[in-house]
Amino acid sequence: MTRLVPHPLLTTCLLVMWLLLTQSVSPGQILLGGIVALIAGKTMALLRPDPVEIRSWRAVLRLTGIVAVDILRSNLAVGRIVALPSRRRRVSGFIRLPLAITNPYALTTLAIILTATPGTLWLQYNRTTGSLLLHVLDLVDEEEWIRLIKHRYERLLLEIFA
Amino acid sequence: MTQAPDLPLWAAILAAIFVLIGAGATFIGSMGLLRLKTFYERVHSPTMGTTLGTVCILLASACVSSVVHARFSVHEALIFLFVSLTTPVTLMLLARAALYRDRVAGDESVPVEDDRSN
Repeated sequence: MTRLVPHPLLTTCLLVMWLLLTQSVSPGQILLGGIVALIAGKTMALLRPDPVEIRSWRAVLRLTGIVAVDILRSNLAVGRIVALPSRRRRVSGFIRLPLAITNPYALTTLAIILTATPGTLWLQYNRTTGSLLLHVLDLVDEEEWIRLIKHRYERLLLEIFA
Repeated sequence: MTQAPDLPLWAAILAAIFVLIGAGATFIGSMGLLRLKTFYERVHSPTMGTTLGTVCILLASACVSSVVHARFSVHEALIFLFVSLTTPVTLMLLARAALYRDRVAGDESVPVEDDRSN
């Protein structure tokens, strides 16, 4: 099983993607998509990536929900900053925060979350010190941002990835 | 748009609302490129178009094609997946290039490199 399907998650995702793109669940498409997905999985094995181990699918769902809400909220916040004249002086700036996660997949996920969210931008991560440099558009309280990232995202990412 | 007359009113209104919200979010995000002052601030605003803007326009598309073809249309989700996975890469590259240039130029408004650098 593991020899034939070295990356079951990737293979499944590719098959689902194939079926969505072809918009059909006919046996022919399942067979064709399955072959493509299997070959892609085997090819991926040649690259020897670190295995992805998802320990808690519940945490994945929770993180997805939290990120969706946060992205919507920060869209509104950034929209307000751009479109409306501000009454108070807005300060944007850099913050540096220590990260506990070291798993490359967890870091990648966090980088995508933070950069895709309007208002926060991942700039530089230092692997030796584990510190991350961020740019924040509306920097009211630096501690608040650090707490938010560590509490809302990092804790769940630690649960998801080993 | 030969299929448009087949679209019931409620679906048309729903799709129109989604398109307007999506277009509005993308427009405001693009406006940020003009209105925000520094480069690092400007990098933030286009993500409005790639998140809320994309989602709303894709929802409108899914809504219209689900009703017209009388079957649930979800492959729009793939577009969202690929857009949201690839935009951060571009933005991070741009921001890091800017950071590098500012540091080389000795700009003191950007934070210095971590001492124990990788």
